[in-house]
Amino acid sequence: MQQEVFVQMNNICKTFGSVRANYNINFSVNKGEIHALLGENGAGKSTLMNMLSGIYKPDSGSVFIHGKAVKFNSPKDAINQKIGMIHQHYKLVEVQSAKANIILGQAGSLFVNEKKISSEIKAISENYGIPIDPDKKVYNMSIGEKQSVEILKVLYQGADILIMDEPTAVLTPQETEKLFKIIKNMAKEGCAVIIITHKLHEVMAISDRVTVLHKGTTVATVKTKASSPKELTDLMVGKAVNLSIKRPQVNRGNAALKIADLVAYDQDKVKVLDGVSFDLFEGEILGVAGVVGSGQKELCEAIAGLYAVNSGSITYNAENILGLSPRAIIKRGITMSFIPEDRLGMGLVASMDMVDNYLLKAHHNQTGIFLKRKPIMAKCEHMINQLEIKTPGIHHPIKQLSGGNIQKVLIGREIETNPHVLITAYAVRGLDIGASHTIYDLINDQKQKGVAVLFIGEDLDVLLELCDRIMVLCDGKITGIVKADAVTKEELGLMMAGEAISC
Amino acid sequence: MLRMVKRTDMTSDKAALIRVFSILCALFTAGLFIAIMGHNPIHVFSSMFMGAFGSVFRIKDTLTISIPLILTSVGIMIAFKMKFWNIGGEGQILMGAFFASFIALNFDSVPKPLLLLMMFIAGFIGGGLWALLPAFLKVKFDTNETIITLMLNYIAIKWITYLQYGPWKDPKSMGFPKIANFSDAAILPKILGVHAGWLITLVIVVVVAVMMKYSKKGYEIAVVGESIDTAKYSGINVNRVILSALFVSGGLCGIVGMMEASAVNQTLTASLSAGYGYTAIITTWLSALNAAVIIPVSILFAAMIKGGSFIQTAFQIPQAAADVLQSIILFFVIGSEFFVQYKLVPKSSKKEERT
Amino acid sequence: MITAFFTAVIIAGTPLLFATLGELITEKAGHLNLGVEGMMLIGAVAGFGVGLYTSNPIFAMIAAMIAGAASALIYGFLTVTLRANQVVSGLSLTIFGTGLSSYIGTAFVGQKLSEGIINFYNPVAIPLLSEIPFIGQIVFNQDIFIYFGYLLAVLVGIYLYKTRLGQNLVAVGENPAAADASGINVNLYKYVHILMGGALCGLGGAYLSIVEVPQWQDNITAGRGWIAIALVIFCKWNPYKALFGAYLFGGLSIIGFRLQQFNISQNLLDMLPYLVTIIVLVLSSVKHSKESAPPQGLSVPYFREER
Repeated sequence: MQQEVFVQMNNICKTFGSVRANYNINFSVNKGEIHALLGENGAGKSTLMNMLSGIYKPDSGSVFIHGKAVKFNSPKDAINQKIGMIHQHYKLVEVQSAKANIILGQAGSLFVNEKKISSEIKAISENYGIPIDPDKKVYNMSIGEKQSVEILKVLYQGADILIMDEPTAVLTPQETEKLFKIIKNMAKEGCAVIIITHKLHEVMAISDRVTVLHKGTTVATVKTKASSPKELTDLMVGKAVNLSIKRPQVNRGNAALKIADLVAYDQDKVKVLDGVSFDLFEGEILGVAGVVGSGQKELCEAIAGLYAVNSGSITYNAENILGLSPRAIIKRGITMSFIPEDRLGMGLVASMDMVDNYLLKAHHNQTGIFLKRKPIMAKCEHMINQLEIKTPGIHHPIKQLSGGNIQKVLIGREIETNPHVLITAYAVRGLDIGASHTIYDLINDQKQKGVAVLFIGEDLDVLLELCDRIMVLCDGKITGIVKADAVTKEELGLMMAGEAISC
Repeated sequence: MLRMVKRTDMTSDKAALIRVFSILCALFTAGLFIAIMGHNPIHVFSSMFMGAFGSVFRIKDTLTISIPLILTSVGIMIAFKMKFWNIGGEGQILMGAFFASFIALNFDSVPKPLLLLMMFIAGFIGGGLWALLPAFLKVKFDTNETIITLMLNYIAIKWITYLQYGPWKDPKSMGFPKIANFSDAAILPKILGVHAGWLITLVIVVVVAVMMKYSKKGYEIAVVGESIDTAKYSGINVNRVILSALFVSGGLCGIVGMMEASAVNQTLTASLSAGYGYTAIITTWLSALNAAVIIPVSILFAAMIKGGSFIQTAFQIPQAAADVLQSIILFFVIGSEFFVQYKLVPKSSKKEERT
Repeated sequence: MITAFFTAVIIAGTPLLFATLGELITEKAGHLNLGVEGMMLIGAVAGFGVGLYTSNPIFAMIAAMIAGAASALIYGFLTVTLRANQVVSGLSLTIFGTGLSSYIGTAFVGQKLSEGIINFYNPVAIPLLSEIPFIGQIVFNQDIFIYFGYLLAVLVGIYLYKTRLGQNLVAVGENPAAADASGINVNLYKYVHILMGGALCGLGGAYLSIVEVPQWQDNITAGRGWIAIALVIFCKWNPYKALFGAYLFGGLSIIGFRLQQFNISQNLLDMLPYLVTIIVLVLSSVKHSKESAPPQGLSVPYFREER
């Protein structure tokens, strides 16, 4: 391998307000190398890469690209230095075509020469083996196609340093395989590829070297072959950790919730739930796997009474609760708790304090026209102690807490009502390993109490370890409900891609 | 070079200080404007002040102007809390006045207290219904409430003008397009030299402030304003909250219409709202949607209106100068919010190594 | 008689057309500027004033554009640089424009523009085209300002749909983060288009005070700025459709005079454009598709280092 250094970052520092995101970070990538950047959420990976792509400016430190010292004032400067970033949350304009997105922001003739650009895109896509329809609108694309557009966009810009932020987070295992092939092609063509990830097996599978970040500092840069997943984890977390998730054995009880033939459409009249039927039992965790946008959100919201369903039934205690408003569900004493994906946008009110957030559902059950905050204050204090929530006080706005503590407030409020059914959507998204495990423990506690838990997850490893059964959704259909200890990740991947498997 | 950093250390005292400072900056800018127009800003400002507070009579006048401003602001505030941009105060005032006038003109034989009560309720309903319409369109069709409420202002003005020139024209006015004066029974009495509206307004402000802070309805309004998704999730009936809050919001503006028709004009005219619906948007925003702060801010603005008409005669400065002054203050306060949320720090360019 | 009516419709629709195109460009950049009414008034008073003192029709229009753009600059600074609430900033601009135009305009009440200006905006028949029966007289026997309006709608359409700059602008309004990551100077695009929008609104106002009325009246726009904002929604952010929308509403605003002979009160007829605006808004809210939806980034402030 040639040892031409493409990227060299020295002593990079960056703070946001009082948060030190990056401190004296050193990082380098060679030509033709696939370099993994590993670290927990909040370790500073994205911040570092956003500085390399010109989105943020470092407070101090120096950056050398292709051996030249550079200072980026905007993404344009980075693009001019042949750096391309593929963001975790795709930065695409939905109403525009693939082509328009690919040429976005590039210099060229005032009028767009459609034919010429299409043939240029075709050439690149054949060279790297990335299939694409240049005239397809982004809003009609699958996740995988959107990613192809992102990749082609940076290649079209002529980038030879590619940064990919969590590129596999939303892909099935099979799609991931295809992506890795493309990445290897790019390295072969002489590009330097940086992959940000926290999935260890992917690091082991694809990278040449790994740089591990912890709390905004560089811990080590090691050759992948000379390392092991265990060593990398310990470096990443900063201490030796036990990575396994517990799965306590609980005798399954009765069906708490019976879902039959749910069918729902979205605003554009597209079927988002297509004949979904399953039973959720007391004392079990039923995991839900699927590519993002396969109907998970709609399923949760339909059960919680937030999404209009066209037909089917949701039976709780021999009563069909389909079509009841959340208020009516609360009023009937159905103790169902829903931890939505969007914590601050749906589960909580960001600018309010803990007490007022606690009141969100509780105030319906208070009598009279005035709120009773006093009894709630005591409950909040109790919750802070029990769940070890770090906050300056119960009257502090929720939005100023850390992600893990925000999630604790939300889950704490929901389990306080002693629910019979608990629905969680992406409960650990954005949380670090420690906080994630606290959440898993809380969910396991509920299961042991006999609560029926529906766990929407994105990390297949977590689903396999935590859940009793796993249900896979694809395009709003159930492609299989399987025992978690009798299925492999590859099988789940096939089901996520739409292949029904009989188990 | 400077860069922006999000503040984490902002206290309410500091925020208030920034806002006061921004008003001072606005007065300075307005002073420049006056100087460019060839007047001495100190003279103009001091005579505006004297025009508003220089005598007992003028103070009473200023307070009379501040009553509708305060009440309209409080009404608008309820809608603004939900991020429902009700700029239809003007139309709601007029429709409240229209409903109240209908009672006043047709039931003048009813005893005074009962008649006033009926007018009060009618005014509330009239303004409330006029605000309910855009609220209904918003929840049903998600139409832009700003434009609808504004269009309804124009329609209300045309409607009252139509009445004034047509069916309600006073036959005794000898062809002059004017609606008949109210009978004595329909006119609000004075308390301490200012019409009784001030007491009604004060009571309403206190009730609204308490309801917003401590009642379930007020809490639900705040949740809806912060996030509709959260409100739905928590089982709040969002549509009902929006509709009922807007009915009250418009209703309070309607009461303003009733008071202006009864106590100030003693009849119904198309010009009775006098721009209060628009000025109240400014005062509401400047008060940071806080009912208690609305009172001093509204009195300040009433003083600017009164002082503005005073300098018109004293300096031949058009009364519109007061509007300009108000909007300059508004610009500065809107801009100052940035400094409440962010601070500017110098770029630490020294530490950066250059090679 | 009918020809005369439709000729008047186009004249009445022209200020709406300019303001609608101005607001359309602004909204494409992701900014809802509710200050259209204010910018039109400031443009109207600046144009009238400069026209009065210089007797030069071109200077008057340039002054209106500069004044409109300058007032849009206040809005731009508040909402782009200081990230203030767009609704409140726009409303304040309208209040400011109403006050300022009334303040300055006091001196112009009752004054007449010179013959030179009035004549400059006399109708000019376009050879051949104006010979087309019926349509020709209505569409191609108008003043040059109206021709400029046709041209402008087409130019804005080509700009938005066919050029790189226009496509970049669409990206800025839809997804500023994506535009930023693609190396587009988001704030520059926002400022430029907010200012251009303001200039067009100013021009629309000046057409009112210089050509259509032509004299100074307090609050001369009488709500046209708000109708223009509604028209942007009505035409689904499409400049070609804006052309038709503007003339449709132009027709509504003058139909009152024509219907007076049927013994309907003028005041009730005056409600018509406002009523129809409401109806149109409701109708256009009912149908939603991806292509005709408002820019996704509308009213959302963008700040790169947000976290």
